[in-house]
Amino acid sequence: MTTTQLPSPRRRSTASAPVRPPLNPHRRRPRYLREQISGWGMIAPAALLLLAFVFLPAILGFGLAFTNARLISPRPVEFVGVDNFARLFTDPTFWRALLNVSYFAVVVVPVQSALALAMALLINKKFRGVNFFRTVYFLPVVTSMVVVSLLWMFMYRKDGLINELLSNASFGLIHGPDWLNDPATAMPAIIALSIWQAAGFHMIIWLAGLQSISGELYEAAQLDGASRWHQFRYVTWPGLKHTRTLILVTITIQALGLFDQVSVMTQGGPLDSTTTIIYEAVRSGFKQQETSYASAISLVFFVLVLLISAVQRYLTREKD
Amino acid sequence: MNKRFTRILATSVAAAALLGTMGACSKGSSSASSESSKEITMWTHNAGNPAELKAIQDIVDSYNKSSSAKAQIKVQAFPQESYNDSVVSAAASGNLPCIVDIDGPNVPNWAWAKYLTPLNLSTDLSKNLPSTVAKWEDQTYAVGYYDVALAMMARASDLKAAGVRVATIEQPWTKDEFQDALTKLKALGKWDYPLDMGTAGTGEWLPYGYSPFLQSFGGDLINRDGFQSADGALNGDKAIEWAKWFHGLADQGFMATKSGKDSTQDFLNNKSAVLYTGSWAADKAKAAFGDDLVVMPTVDLGTGPKIGGASWQWGVTSGCKNADAAMDYLSFSLKPENLAAVATATGTIPATDDAAALIPAYAKGGANRVFMDFSRNYAVMRPETPAYPFIATEYGKAVQDILAGADPKTALDKAVKAIDANIKSNGGYKS
Repeated sequence: MTTTQLPSPRRRSTASAPVRPPLNPHRRRPRYLREQISGWGMIAPAALLLLAFVFLPAILGFGLAFTNARLISPRPVEFVGVDNFARLFTDPTFWRALLNVSYFAVVVVPVQSALALAMALLINKKFRGVNFFRTVYFLPVVTSMVVVSLLWMFMYRKDGLINELLSNASFGLIHGPDWLNDPATAMPAIIALSIWQAAGFHMIIWLAGLQSISGELYEAAQLDGASRWHQFRYVTWPGLKHTRTLILVTITIQALGLFDQVSVMTQGGPLDSTTTIIYEAVRSGFKQQETSYASAISLVFFVLVLLISAVQRYLTREKD
Repeated sequence: MNKRFTRILATSVAAAALLGTMGACSKGSSSASSESSKEITMWTHNAGNPAELKAIQDIVDSYNKSSSAKAQIKVQAFPQESYNDSVVSAAASGNLPCIVDIDGPNVPNWAWAKYLTPLNLSTDLSKNLPSTVAKWEDQTYAVGYYDVALAMMARASDLKAAGVRVATIEQPWTKDEFQDALTKLKALGKWDYPLDMGTAGTGEWLPYGYSPFLQSFGGDLINRDGFQSADGALNGDKAIEWAKWFHGLADQGFMATKSGKDSTQDFLNNKSAVLYTGSWAADKAKAAFGDDLVVMPTVDLGTGPKIGGASWQWGVTSGCKNADAAMDYLSFSLKPENLAAVATATGTIPATDDAAALIPAYAKGGANRVFMDFSRNYAVMRPETPAYPFIATEYGKAVQDILAGADPKTALDKAVKAIDANIKSNGGYKS
């Protein structure tokens, strides 16, 4: 299971095969052991930190989900079984959050990956100033999501930049809505901003994938008279197989974990139209002090992400 | 196998990282930090407010220099946004300082959690503004140097142009008069929305700013008799009336469902005619409009005008090893000149008449004296129950939903259901 290989019995039997006995069987073991030790030693710092700050809290969180633990309380923590889950599954806000996140993911995953791929194809050429465009496309990614959300919040106001542009472009015919304050437009507004902010990151991953495709393949395709579309369809697209899987999984997880934008811009409103699972977890855990309920939400979220990733892995597996 | 495991591992790590922050165990016990008995620590929320911090530091310095000082006080200031989190995590790890400041409505919650110990001061608190003394179960747990008061501000010239009378303490606007005033002001056509109630506000502003209207209608956040259920108080006929009225203000175009980022600034820039805000905005408005500014009581919607009571207050933690010195310091700090200095620095209402007499604006006949009267006459404490922080979030959400057009009954029923379930799951928040 680990990357360091343990000596397998089969290997040892071939090594001690009678045809070619090892020159010095005693010299091999200590060196192997030393490698083992240094290997574990190198993993140790990261593993310890992960254990202490990720796995232990996560396991604790799973445990807390079955109790009535609270952030502030003089009462002893009691085991309450699946009460928290029973409450969660009958809470309409949770289902609304699930629906919102699905809506977000269903739009963001294809649109953002396609946009990122298009941008990657555009900048995967050699021309003057290509680095300028690469930087420009990547700029939103290095800006904090909180800052981006604050800026877009101003742009989305009723008298904000976007509505002014709409109004000017349509010669005053279109009066845009109060984007973030209308249940119908709040989520699409957040989707647009999210795609704008994160597409650059996936563009870089696509770009890495594109550059790993050998130029000879394109040369060969050109010699065969393949059109640009055919080159893309039969050389680029198959060459991006692994990148595709990676992007699919990372965008999905990122989309399911939607939180920052909502927390800054709408606090889940109006009328729950933008609330998300993580937002509900944070709200219950910190604002409402219900640690156990928040843990239950997180556990459900964890299982959900695991399931979706497993399904994606299964669908994109190597078929042989 | 290896690869698959790595993927699953990576996925788990990503998900677990999100959980990590929430998993932290929490137990509300508290004990003193590593401070010696000759030096005690005091935490305050006002790192982002240099004027207030300096006023507090001055009081501490004069106490530390006085010959009767029982211990040296050390001030540690936090930004307000992270202050509560800091206290909660310090309590969880048993590192609370001796003296903390607390937002008034949270006092019962912290007292119930045994963060705080009842105060035992040598100062007589009976003359303080009632809203500056935080009590829970007949014990005083915290005391504030000041309070703030909500009011309606407008320009006299605008009211005159619209033919609207200036509301006074003797005769506040009634519901019908308020409706009439807004209709007339809107008819002037000078503003998109004549009224600005700060509807873009979030967090504690929602219950602080809007539950007084609910109370003026005759509803409340919870049945104050025993604090066991919100049923009937928050979703009764009076509450529904309040919700319809409040949504109606937006529906009739009197106020925006989401006001601008800075309501005071919008009022100063003549983007609104009537501003509903706290006494903290008074000095700015006075400087801008001078005598044209009128400060009026809020609307009487049935049971008289109401405003929220209680601001930041001071308490002593239960784990403090030198509680005697902490109490001594607090008693010292409540001297009128200290209260006056803090109130001046923060532009707030001093807690006692003696302190008010030292500040020209709050002395009898002073420009801001009216806020003190509002506070004395109208202040309603937010429910003194450990359930308050939860109630506040549920009420805040209901307010936002109602503004956005949710059915009042449904929104309020939902809040009541959540509040009652929360109280029940906490054994009624009994001490």
